[in-house]
Amino acid sequence: MQVSMTVNGRDVSADVENRTLLVHFLREELRLTGTHVGCETGYCGACTVHVDGKPVKSCTMFAVQANGADIATIEGMASNGDLHPIQEGFWERHGLQCGFCTPGMIMSAASLLEENSDPSEAEIRHGIEGNLCRCTGYHNIVRAVEYAGAKMRGEEPAPPDWEEGS
Amino acid sequence: MTTTTSALGGSIRRREDPALIQGLGTYADDVTPHGTVYVAFARSPYAHAKINSIDTSAAAAADGVVAVYTNSDVSHLGDLLAQVKIVKGRPLLAGDEVNHVGEAVAMVVAEDSYKARDAADLIDVDYEPMKAVIDLKEAASDVALVHDDLESNVILAWEAGPWGDEEGIAATQQTIDDAKARDDTVSVSVEAVNQRLMPVAIEPRSVVAEWEAGYGRFVIHSSSQVPHALMGAVKTTFGLDATHVQVIAPEVGGGFGVKLNVYADEILVCFAAQQLDRPVKWTETRRESSGSSIHGRGWLGTATITGTRDGEILGYELDAIADMGAYEQNFTVAIPFLGLFVGSGQYGFPTHWKVTCVFTNKMTTDACRGAGRPEAAYYLERAIDAYAREIGVDPIDVRKKAFIEKFDEAVVSPIGFAMDTGDYATNLDKLVEVSGYENLKAERDAARAEGRYVGIGVSSYCEVCGFAPTALAELGFSWSTYGLPAGFYGSGLVRVNPDASVTVITGTGPSGQGHQTAWAQLVSDRLGIPVERIRVIHGDTGEAPMGIGTFGSRSVAVDGSATYDAADRVAAKAKDIAAHLLEASADDIELSAEGASVAGSPDSSIEWGEIAAAAYLPHRLGESEIEGGLESHVIFDPPNATWPFGSHLAMVEVDPDTGNVEILRYFTVDDCGIQINPMIVAGQVQGGVTHGIGQALLEEVVYDEDGNLLTSSLLDYPIPTAEDVPFYEIDSTVTPTNVNSIGAKGIGEAGTIGAAQTVVNAVVDALEPLGVKHVDMPLRPKRVWAAIQEARG
Repeated sequence: MQVSMTVNGRDVSADVENRTLLVHFLREELRLTGTHVGCETGYCGACTVHVDGKPVKSCTMFAVQANGADIATIEGMASNGDLHPIQEGFWERHGLQCGFCTPGMIMSAASLLEENSDPSEAEIRHGIEGNLCRCTGYHNIVRAVEYAGAKMRGEEPAPPDWEEGS
Repeated sequence: MTTTTSALGGSIRRREDPALIQGLGTYADDVTPHGTVYVAFARSPYAHAKINSIDTSAAAAADGVVAVYTNSDVSHLGDLLAQVKIVKGRPLLAGDEVNHVGEAVAMVVAEDSYKARDAADLIDVDYEPMKAVIDLKEAASDVALVHDDLESNVILAWEAGPWGDEEGIAATQQTIDDAKARDDTVSVSVEAVNQRLMPVAIEPRSVVAEWEAGYGRFVIHSSSQVPHALMGAVKTTFGLDATHVQVIAPEVGGGFGVKLNVYADEILVCFAAQQLDRPVKWTETRRESSGSSIHGRGWLGTATITGTRDGEILGYELDAIADMGAYEQNFTVAIPFLGLFVGSGQYGFPTHWKVTCVFTNKMTTDACRGAGRPEAAYYLERAIDAYAREIGVDPIDVRKKAFIEKFDEAVVSPIGFAMDTGDYATNLDKLVEVSGYENLKAERDAARAEGRYVGIGVSSYCEVCGFAPTALAELGFSWSTYGLPAGFYGSGLVRVNPDASVTVITGTGPSGQGHQTAWAQLVSDRLGIPVERIRVIHGDTGEAPMGIGTFGSRSVAVDGSATYDAADRVAAKAKDIAAHLLEASADDIELSAEGASVAGSPDSSIEWGEIAAAAYLPHRLGESEIEGGLESHVIFDPPNATWPFGSHLAMVEVDPDTGNVEILRYFTVDDCGIQINPMIVAGQVQGGVTHGIGQALLEEVVYDEDGNLLTSSLLDYPIPTAEDVPFYEIDSTVTPTNVNSIGAKGIGEAGTIGAAQTVVNAVVDALEPLGVKHVDMPLRPKRVWAAIQEARG
């Protein structure tokens, strides 16, 4: 079946099998391999992308269901070489180790901050609860989102824990 | 000097991150050479069955199928190789019987991954089910056999007190028995399960093999913690030499032990690539990862502390059975041996430690973050806690009384191994201080007075890392590193290039530990060259002639030290070159970010670019007798393992109506010696603790009595989410090791080794008013609720 969609601002179209998952279309047809597959059951969140502005686990959606949609993936987050504040937060606050969950985590965090520009710790934890990380214990991911939120509000982020000797 | 951002000890941002946060890193499944075909496996639905026949005709005829292979096609390659194998390895594909659910029976290769899976479903196998050996006590008593050609399910027993000394063990047991016979002593036992776990890396395993027929050479990308082991297994299996097998572990999306193995699928993918002369890829599904990649833990044991009623411990006994699963893989039976090393923890009391390793009809067990050491710490620290509770003495006081005193030179533990350095009481004192222990106890008591169930748990632990010195590697087994003699050396090559950039090649295979950053800091510390100009290459057998990989918190202590020492040698040579160019004495040369200068003569200096260029343009070296080039390659065999340690404290609240456990506070004071990058160290602790909390509260692999795997997805096997854990309160003490030049011990597993019993001790403390003495992990609400109901009668 022929599908057309916009991915990171670029119009794409291709002939796909009906059963092709959106994540496989992105990874294998478009070679956008930043979106990862971790569990194929919608539980780990590594495959999170934005579909028409909403976070979606792209292993739970067929490519044909995204026909006509506006898709954003991790590869589209930085613009003109400038990192998105959430990407910057993950780097500045050691919010990643192996990096495999990171693209999905960043996409979920972006949606969270779009809805709530100043989330509490509990709101951040709830907002990324659908994205599993096995490396960080989430401590520095929450810090990364706090950092990004401050930046996006035009505020100075709190200093990192290691400077406070925490 | 402008090394403030690069010096050893700085919490600098990671060199790895820019690619990863933009989705531009390359993991194995991202590698798809032109013409790639895809593998799917047909797997056993039975835990134990004879295979009467396999009909592959429908699969072979299916759309897009390129090839189908069964045991008879690959049996000439032999069983899967392993680094430690005592009696029974794994066939590459099942032969005339299967021994666990998920065992691979046939391999299908097709033009795309969907077609491959469709065809795998068409493989028709005639199975004849047999009795499955699942229960550990039944396995140990040989009620039925996993392998008919063996006389027993028992592979061996690891016993110590001290290790390797039968008379000593008997004497230790006599000492403990004498203590038990005294009127003023009490013995407290905890029978506990340390449940089977899945390591769960978020990246499933993936392998892509290319066979370069014109050169007779494999290029393999695999999500492996041990690329050199895979290289060794492939070259041995296919009769090649090291120049004809290149294994690259690109970005690896988490390891935790599950990728510390050479797997049959990796060998089979190579076989198919060679047969078909096409690139072949296999990426496991999460369901396959759950049933067919290694598990960990799986112990059932009784731990007993004997001591006086006023808190002096006189002896510790552990008698446990450890579940090895159906076949031995890379380290399988060695995992409990790692636990044995630290069986007596931080303590000096007599210890008799015994773990019996048995086959069962389940997936193989091997390393899961901590690998034997969390199990050892769990039993010891649960038993100490139960003893302290029984006699009514503060568990902090009981531990401090039993600690081995501070030591700067090696001390032999009751288990029989020489530990490098330790300062346990100082470490625990710091935990008491930073946690505000007395205040926490007051808070707990106040909560109790309100009828709430709040508890505090403490645990100390001793670790063993930096595997492995030859002296230790030669113990216990005839280890094989795939054709190399025993010894798990570290490898570090430092090369200053002609433009004064630096290439570092090391033998590690990290999966998120930040070696590109930490190794650059080590080299920058010695040379002065900023980290931005240092590129670290790891996980590539085409670059590093040898490497042992990344596991057991070994990388910094072994390969990091090799790299540090290599950088030192390069610095010495750079000084020789600078001295020649500046017509000064090498003893007077100082290195910095910019280059070299003569001490006391700031005008007499030369830039790194000039030094590096001279190294590769020998005419500039004149008659100095300095050889061209500016590099050093060090292979490091440490004189001993390293023995990190630490203490953790958790404060929890149990909801008596639901059984839910909430972690209110979690404090760690770990001691990994010198820290290269404290930010990375804290990150390792936070992740490690979360893994331990996962075991304590959530995670458990469940097989039913017939050996069906009931936990084959992340829904059935929950790991902690962001909502399950708090912010951690991380601190440390620093007791450098004296077995390497950095003074670093290792931190990758510390959090996990300390955490599970800390949480369980806290929950038992919370439920003390009800008289609950123990609840087996995982402490899911239902189980805790049931324990509360039982206690209330």
